[in-house]
Amino acid sequence: MTSTTRRSLVAGGAAAGGALALGIPSVVRGQSDKIRIGHLTPMTGFLGALGEYAVLGLRMAEEEINQAGGVMGRPLEVISEDSINPATAATKAQRMFERDGATVLMGEISSASALAIAQVAARNKKLFMSIGARSDTLRGKNCNRYTFHVDIPNTVMVNAVGKALLRDNMVKGKRFFSLTADYVFGHDLLRAAKTFFAANQGNLIGDELVATDVTDFSPYLLKIRQSRPDVVCSNLAGNQVTNLIKQYAEFGLPFPIVGFNLNTADAWAAGEGNLSGTWPTVWHHDLDTPGSKAFVAAFTKKHGKPPENHAWIEYVSLKIMAQAMNEAQATDTEKLIGFFEKGTEFDILKARKAWFRSWDHQLMQEAYPFSVKPKGQAKDKWDFLALGQAVPGPQESLEALAPTREENPCSM
Amino acid sequence: MQLVFLLEQVVNGLVLGGYYLLIALGLSLIFSVGGVVNLAHGAFYALGAYGSLEIAKYFGFGAGVVLSPIAVAMLGILFERFLLRRFYAADPILSLLVTFGLAMVAEQSIRMIWGAAPLAASMPAGLKGPVIVGDFLFSRYRLLLLAIVAAVLVGVWLLLRRTSFGRVVRAGIQRPDMVAVLGIRLEPYMTAIVVLGVGMAAMAGAFFAPITIVHPAMGAEIITVAFVVVVIGGLGSFWGVVLAALLVGVVRGSTIHFLPAAGEASMYVLMFLVLMLRPRGLLGERIEKFE
Repeated sequence: MTSTTRRSLVAGGAAAGGALALGIPSVVRGQSDKIRIGHLTPMTGFLGALGEYAVLGLRMAEEEINQAGGVMGRPLEVISEDSINPATAATKAQRMFERDGATVLMGEISSASALAIAQVAARNKKLFMSIGARSDTLRGKNCNRYTFHVDIPNTVMVNAVGKALLRDNMVKGKRFFSLTADYVFGHDLLRAAKTFFAANQGNLIGDELVATDVTDFSPYLLKIRQSRPDVVCSNLAGNQVTNLIKQYAEFGLPFPIVGFNLNTADAWAAGEGNLSGTWPTVWHHDLDTPGSKAFVAAFTKKHGKPPENHAWIEYVSLKIMAQAMNEAQATDTEKLIGFFEKGTEFDILKARKAWFRSWDHQLMQEAYPFSVKPKGQAKDKWDFLALGQAVPGPQESLEALAPTREENPCSM
Repeated sequence: MQLVFLLEQVVNGLVLGGYYLLIALGLSLIFSVGGVVNLAHGAFYALGAYGSLEIAKYFGFGAGVVLSPIAVAMLGILFERFLLRRFYAADPILSLLVTFGLAMVAEQSIRMIWGAAPLAASMPAGLKGPVIVGDFLFSRYRLLLLAIVAAVLVGVWLLLRRTSFGRVVRAGIQRPDMVAVLGIRLEPYMTAIVVLGVGMAAMAGAFFAPITIVHPAMGAEIITVAFVVVVIGGLGSFWGVVLAALLVGVVRGSTIHFLPAAGEASMYVLMFLVLMLRPRGLLGERIEKFE
């Protein structure tokens, strides 16, 4: 009996030790001259796949910046942690400011966690650059002057796809059935979609809220078939989108499908021949600009796979932050806010430069609709998406698709 | 018309039940024989999926779904021989902890080997698409899957009921001491049952890969459902698990028909009700050694 206990103890200890060694990142306290960046992003759960790319992108920027001499002669040090859920994200954010001495916080993909971190940042009067969260409400009703938003907001994603749908006569008088992720992001996206349908005479005949942990969509697919819509519309997020796309192809429903949110990693995971329809994106690795091409080449060389849109956006975000610190010659929160609010332009590897709007702290940048390449045209397993023309078009203002001051209830 | 829609959801729920069954049955078998609740069962499901994709790269879809479960079942031998076997007689909390730990190690290992990003998986184009029978629509792939699950079910049932192997296993479940007195070593039978259970989980993983996302946490996602099914059916009961799997599928489908937001909660409510009214589960047998 003693031997069993001892053995089980050893086995349990080994397992626990293994989990600890793998699961918890070590926090190494560096010398005091380092500029510490707290980085929170979901590395597990239904957005975990995107978070992995986020970390790779941010780390690559960190390396390049440090090789080029750092920021104001000081090296950057990024501490990345899994944000897990809004409650944990808030706790970790507070700890990063207090214990780890983070100068600014960056990251996040989940709108719910970003909201929690934004509140912690405001309480601490420190800067939070929300990189991958897209809910309108973050830069609308819940905006605050300590938070800046890099990714395109939901309204822009809806309008980017919407333009393509209007062009194809797929909105006016059409009956839409949507599936919506049941958390702040999905609700927010549905709201933006409803606004778009109302403005363009589309009819939303049904919507189902889908919990984020749902993996089997068959009952929802049957409901869609029963209501016989003209177009099926996805307001889902992360893994949900992949599962929907796979099972939509499996059931072979005849209705065209479109979506207002899709990250490239979720599309890649759907497998060949399963994806169809029109979707929005903020960036794609075959974007034809010299900056993007150089970034894609460097990333692919390093990691053996092309960067996903979250890798790109984290990469440019840290570059933006470094540029701001260098040009403002400060890491001080107030000075950085002032610098961003000036409307300085940043090169984000797209055709047009981007800048933060001073009154809602939203980065103004191009977005793209994309569709799926015809069978047989893909060069490799990452190459089945056909990127559309940038929106707003070259002659239009970058603000053309974004909510206006009248539409956006943000006040700081 | 409304009734037809509901009926369609019920039938779809039955198909879905078959989907849960492959995993739940192995979990139940391992528990009956060894008294171990194998929380690492989901890890074998995930390995089955990842393995099938690796094999499919070189030899095609068919080879993937056949060879991957066999390979993972072989891993099951090591799992039983070097890990599970030490815990049959020990406090159940120890085996819970160690299999839980193993599940975490397995998930993290998958993340390190294949990355956190989900892998692409698709089925042969010929299996895609609907089969329409009257007013009902089925996925062709899932119908095929259902037939395979039914065949496996009959096979396992025959194995347990109609062979000398099955007689020893069933006797071992009830009275291991008597089996020992008769001069029969239970160990090889234990190994065989674990191999069978783990193999079925891996088979489920291989077959589900084309229709659900293949990512490191897929095992953790499925284990909860499988566990709920086993608890509802009654630990150790073969038909109980079958009944519960179908019931969970049907309840989930009908709930989504009437009250979509409660879809995922429905099976837990069902489990709650069953545990209140029949703590042993629907068809749970009285197993002497656990009393």
